[in-house]
Order: sequence, then C-alpha cells, then structure tokens
Amino acid sequence: MNIIEFKGITKTFGSLTANSNIDLQIKKGEIHCLLGENGAGKTTLVNILFGLYNQDKGEIFIAGKPCDINTPHKAIELGLGMIHQHFMLVDRLTTTENIIAGEEPMKNGFVDMTRAKKQVRKISDEYHLSVEPDAIVENISVGEQQRVEILKVLYRKAKILIFDEPTAVLTPQEVASLFKILNKLKAGGKTIIFITHKLEETMKISDRVTVLRKGKVIDTVNTSNTSPKELAKMMVGREVLLRVEKEKKKSGETVLEIRNVSLYGKHKRPLLQNINISVNQGEIVGIAGVAGNGQLELEETIAGLRKIQAGQILLNGEDITGKQTKERRGKGLSHIPSDRLKRGLVPSSDLAKNIILGNHNAFSKKGFLQRDKIKKYSKNIIEKFDIRCRSLQDNVDQLSGGNQQKLVIGRELSTNPVFILAAQPTRGVDVGAIEFIHQNLLEIRKKNKAVLLISAELEELMSLADRILVIYEGRIVSEKKKYTREELGLLMAGEKLG
Amino acid sequence: MSEILDVIFNINTFSAAIRISVPLVFAAIGGVFSERVGVINLGLEGMLLGGAFSAVLGSYLTGNPYIGVLLAMFMGAIIGFIFALFTLKFEANHVVAGVGLNILLLGTTTWLMQIIWGSRGTSVNVTGLSEITIPLISSIPIIGKLFGSHNILVYLMFVVVILSWIVLFRTPFGLRLRVIGEHPKAADTLGIKIRKIQYTSLIFSGVLCGLGGAYLSLGHLNWFSMNMSAGRGYMALAANIFGGWNPLGAFGASYLFAFTDALQMRMQALNLNVPNEIIQMVPYILTILVLAGAMIRSRPPAALGKHYKTSR
Repeated sequence: MNIIEFKGITKTFGSLTANSNIDLQIKKGEIHCLLGENGAGKTTLVNILFGLYNQDKGEIFIAGKPCDINTPHKAIELGLGMIHQHFMLVDRLTTTENIIAGEEPMKNGFVDMTRAKKQVRKISDEYHLSVEPDAIVENISVGEQQRVEILKVLYRKAKILIFDEPTAVLTPQEVASLFKILNKLKAGGKTIIFITHKLEETMKISDRVTVLRKGKVIDTVNTSNTSPKELAKMMVGREVLLRVEKEKKKSGETVLEIRNVSLYGKHKRPLLQNINISVNQGEIVGIAGVAGNGQLELEETIAGLRKIQAGQILLNGEDITGKQTKERRGKGLSHIPSDRLKRGLVPSSDLAKNIILGNHNAFSKKGFLQRDKIKKYSKNIIEKFDIRCRSLQDNVDQLSGGNQQKLVIGRELSTNPVFILAAQPTRGVDVGAIEFIHQNLLEIRKKNKAVLLISAELEELMSLADRILVIYEGRIVSEKKKYTREELGLLMAGEKLG
Repeated sequence: MSEILDVIFNINTFSAAIRISVPLVFAAIGGVFSERVGVINLGLEGMLLGGAFSAVLGSYLTGNPYIGVLLAMFMGAIIGFIFALFTLKFEANHVVAGVGLNILLLGTTTWLMQIIWGSRGTSVNVTGLSEITIPLISSIPIIGKLFGSHNILVYLMFVVVILSWIVLFRTPFGLRLRVIGEHPKAADTLGIKIRKIQYTSLIFSGVLCGLGGAYLSLGHLNWFSMNMSAGRGYMALAANIFGGWNPLGAFGASYLFAFTDALQMRMQALNLNVPNEIIQMVPYILTILVLAGAMIRSRPPAALGKHYKTSR
C-alpha cells in the first residue's frame, strides 16, 4: 500500500526549477532512499512534503487522501516527522525541553517536567535511543543530538520519518548505530524516507531507491536488483569512476614540517597540543577526525590565519612561523579552505575576479588591473577545470556548490605551488565533481607536489592519502599508512586500538 | 569617610533606590520579553515616554490617576504593536526601527503637549497616584520602611518580576518563547506559531513600558515634561543584558543602577568638597564598568536581531 504519493510536483525558485513534475510512491513500512547529487531536488521535495515550502503544481496523497500541507504544523498532524540535516535544536536548553517544546505535558497551566522526562525515557527505551533527559544539548555528542532529533519526532507520534542526509556528521560507529535504530523503527511499523548522496549507504539500508537528477525522477528501483555502479550512472548521467587509481610513488624531500605546535583559545583552552606533521614531495598526507577536533585550527595555523603559542612551521626548510599569509603564499603555499563561501570566494563578485583573488598583483600594471590578461587567464582556468557557467560576468553565488569548489581548486592549483593545504575539498559537492577533484589532487601529487588533506570523508582519505594521521581533541593520536574503516572510526572517537 | 558610609548604608538610600528603580524594572522586563523572542528593543525609551504622557493625559481628562495608568498600558500595547509590525512584518532593521520609534514618540508627545496644554515644556499638574500603606508590614522596623508604604505601581512591579519569571521558565508559553529567540526555524518545524508569540511578547513589552512610564509621571511627579524618560529606556535595555535576559536579573541590575543614582543624589547634599558634576558621573561610570564586564561573558539569545521568514 502506498502511504505517500507525489503526483506531478513542480517547484521553481526564480529561474531555477528545483522539482519538475515529480511522481513518486512510498510504500508503508519501507525504508525508501532518495538518492541524488547536490541540487538534484531531494531536499526541496521533502521540504514540500513537510510543509516548509508550498509546491507550485501537483498533489500529495497521504494514505490515499489528497492533503494540502502548507505548514509543518499540518505535516506533524498528518503523522510526518523530519530529522533535519542541520539539527533543529536549541543549544542552551535541555534535551527534554527541546523534545517537548510546542507540545508540552501540562499540570495546572505549568509545564509538567516530571511527566515530560518520564515520557522521553519511555520512548527512548522502546527504540534504544539513549538520551540523558537533563543534559544541555550543547554538551552532548553529535550522535546523541541526532537521537534527540529522532525522539522529537517520535514524541509527536510520527508514523513517517524523513531523514535528510543524516550520516553527514556522524562517525562510522555512529552511522552503524543509526542504522540499527532505523531497522528498529522499521520493525515497529514506521515508514522511513532517507535522503542521501552516498551510494554505499543506500545499498546497505534501503528497500527501494528513487534516483533524482536535476529536479526529475530518473527511476525507482528495488535495492536488491541494483548495484552502486548502476545507481551512480543514474545519478550523474554517465559512467563514473568510483575508485580512483593511484600510482605507486616514492616520496621525496620534506616540504612542510610542523614541529611541536600548540595553540590555545579563550581561557587558555588548548585547541592544538604538541602537533608534529611532515609532508614530503609527491605525497598526500591525510588528517582524519570528527569535525571540531582541531582540524579548523590546524588549517588556520598552517595558512597563517592564527598565531600559535608554541612550536615552529617550516616550508622547504625555511621558518615561516611568524610570517603572514601573504608571505606564505608567496613562498608556494596554496590553500583550499574548508569553508569556500566564507574563506575561499567572494560570492557576490564575478568569476574572473575570484579567479585572480590573492594573485591579483600578477595581473596589474601601474596600479591598474589588466582586463584582457585577466579574461584570458580566467577563460583558460574555466576550461581546464570544467567550471560550468554562462559567462565570466556571472557572480560566484550563481554557480552550484561543485562548480564553486572547482573554481577554488583551479585557482589554487594554477599558481604553481609547492605545498597544497586541502581542507575538506569535496565537502558538499556531488559525485561527478568529487571524481574530478580527486583526479586533480592525484595529478598534483604526480607532479611531485606535497599535499596535506584534511577531510571528514573516510573513503576519500583511504583512497587518496599515502599516510593518515588521526586528530582527536587537538592531538595527533595515531599515524599509519593503512587503516581499516573500523580502526579509523575508533581512533576518531578517542578510543585506543586494542 | 564615615559620612559617606553613613549615606551608603542608610535605609533611606535603599528606600529611595526602590522608587527610582520602578520605571527601569518595568522597561527592563519589557526588554527581556522582546529580546527573548529575538527582537532588539531600543524602542523601550520611546515606549516609556509614550506611557508617561498617556498616564498624565488619562488623569487630566478624568481626574482619576488609575484611569491614567490604564490608558498608559493601552497606549503601550499599541506602541508595542506598531514596533512589532515594523520589525516582524516589514522586517525593518531592529535598531533603526527602535531609534525611529523613539524619535517619533519624542516628537508626538511634545506636539500633543503644545496642542492640549499650550506648552512644549511641561503639562499642567494632574492628580498623581497616592501611597498605599500596608498595615501589618509597615509596622515592622526595617522592612516597613522599605516596603510598607508605596503607590500601587511599586507593589505591581514586584508582582510583575515574579510572574514574568514564572511565565518564562515554567509555562509552555515561556518555553516556546525561548525556543523562538534561540532558533526560530526549530520552533517553526515544531509547529510553534512563531508570529503569534512574537506579537504577544512585543505587545506585552509595550504594556510593561506603559506602566513604567506611568510611574515616571504619576508616581514620581504629577506632570509630564518633554523627554521625561531621559535615557532610562536605554539604561533598562542595559539592565536586561546585565541581568542575563532574566526578569530576576533585570530587577537586580535595575536596582543596582537605581541605587547608585540614589547614592549620587544624597552625596551631593554632603558638601564633600568634590564638584557635584563628578558625583553625578558616578552612576554612569558604574553602568559602563558593569556593562563592559557583563558583555564579555553574557550570551544573548542566539537569534537576536535576525529576521526569520515564516512565509513561504
């Protein structure tokens, strides 16, 4: 039986068609994956279902009845619940307060906290969602925050649960425990819609998959009848290399050396402690870790955006510890920042200006920018790095995330660097762009450059890096050439390998 | 030196500070309700002024100061609603809307004074609020002196402080209100009616300022004068911040500001061989120091000053 049916759903934002005539059926009690690249329209579709957007055209049927869902309030009444990619939690309130807000148990006009906690505990026991009812949200782990989100939805008696990219922020162990919870929910008769762009997860958790591309449904298939390769092809629209081929290579001389670096934050809180890293020519060194364990601080330290309290940083044997970012870049440091919109690009400025950013002195004469030279150079990079745009006058914020990232990478790799600091280079970009970025990083390795790759994607680290260092609470806790996924997961969670 | 200590620890100073603190406390709690739903409220100043004017007008027209208080509350509600319209519906920058409101009310009250009383400086004298003496309490030695005999707004202030705290931290309405100020989108996805709560909260903020204003004109003196609020709204906003966006804290902070003011006035009478201007500076310097200290560790509602579109 179809519990949800989308019929001809269309939604446009200005000139962009996010959903185009979508037909889709979700069966009761199944785990149904919506698979697609960024910008394929998955999130738009579920936001329409949850009443956060209104569709321009089309109808939604819940249990066979046409429903006009124009507010989340209405969606909740219909038994829908959504676990958002960016958690909808108030950091300063307790888990219980977050769960009950909007539907509080009452006694004489006051919130009945005792009963609230009891109810939370009851649901969390039923589905093995361990959550401390009195804990303040900002003090608990990301995995536990996600369980609070799930509890919020179950507390409102949801029968259909929508998960929007739920694994993006989790460690492999946390993903495994999430999948257990999902199966438990399914066994309890819940229907689950699971949005993702990860093939491996789709294969592992779903009963059926619907692939979306550019706002259209490509196909719905049974998971048991398909393969990752086939799904990838449907997603991207062409054959994709899922595994990059890395040639064997001997590393050369040390390019970047970080010696005993320590960094302190407010109130002398240690952010980086006694960090030692060396990166050699022709080598990609990976930094693995759960977000927030010092990766950003390490990135900023190397780029020269933060002043360290102890230690030394050497580039090609020269001490650059006290040098400013500009000088470091002049000595051959390139930086692909983890937050491209905040640090890597000026979104409201055009492509050409962004392409020469930081390198503009090479394009000016007597204090004036040389427009022709800039145009020629930009065109060349756009072509070489396959940046899809309408013209050089386009603003960067008109590009998709993947193309924005390609622009940053194109700019940073084209200045003939000796060392590349690549932080989260594939964050929020689609399969096609990931493939392209990985090939470019391997290309630069082949040219005997040194790369430090800070990434939250284990697959990426395991397939690209020659060595991996694990960072946990600002310390390097392990360094090896090869790890299994499980080993990395344990180390990233602060455990020791037995 | 002992003279100064005598003044500081004199019961009359503490008692005077209660009176001075009343408008600050009402406005500061108005600030709490406004900022807890995410709206920066610099308009407290104008709301106080509007309240002070309306109270005198009510008393002037009917001869009954209590009608004046009711009119001040009503006008406060309307001013709060106008502020809500600008900040919520038209999505004006909160600071600009607040300052605009202050200028509007300064102009409007001065103009109306000219029309009604024929003077831009001060209004005529009207009937003010009389003191109510509570029989049992007034006979207890120190307590009686502090709390025994005040006008109705002083007693109401204590009730408002406690009730506001209960509403904010013990009722569903308060929990929803706090969620909105921290994370409006989370509130939205929980099906909480954001706009309804924000409007209610801002109107309530206006009503409280109306009461504070009424105390300024009918409780302190018995007339209205141009720009009577004289920066108290801004001080109240500071008290709300220093008090950690909490009604109890706002009361404490307002009382501290009021205490230094009371102290300053009494010290001037001592002939200390220090220019009076220096002594008058003391409360303001203390305000700056306290706020500089409080700002470092204070943490405003996360969505304060941000617009959230509920419409789709």
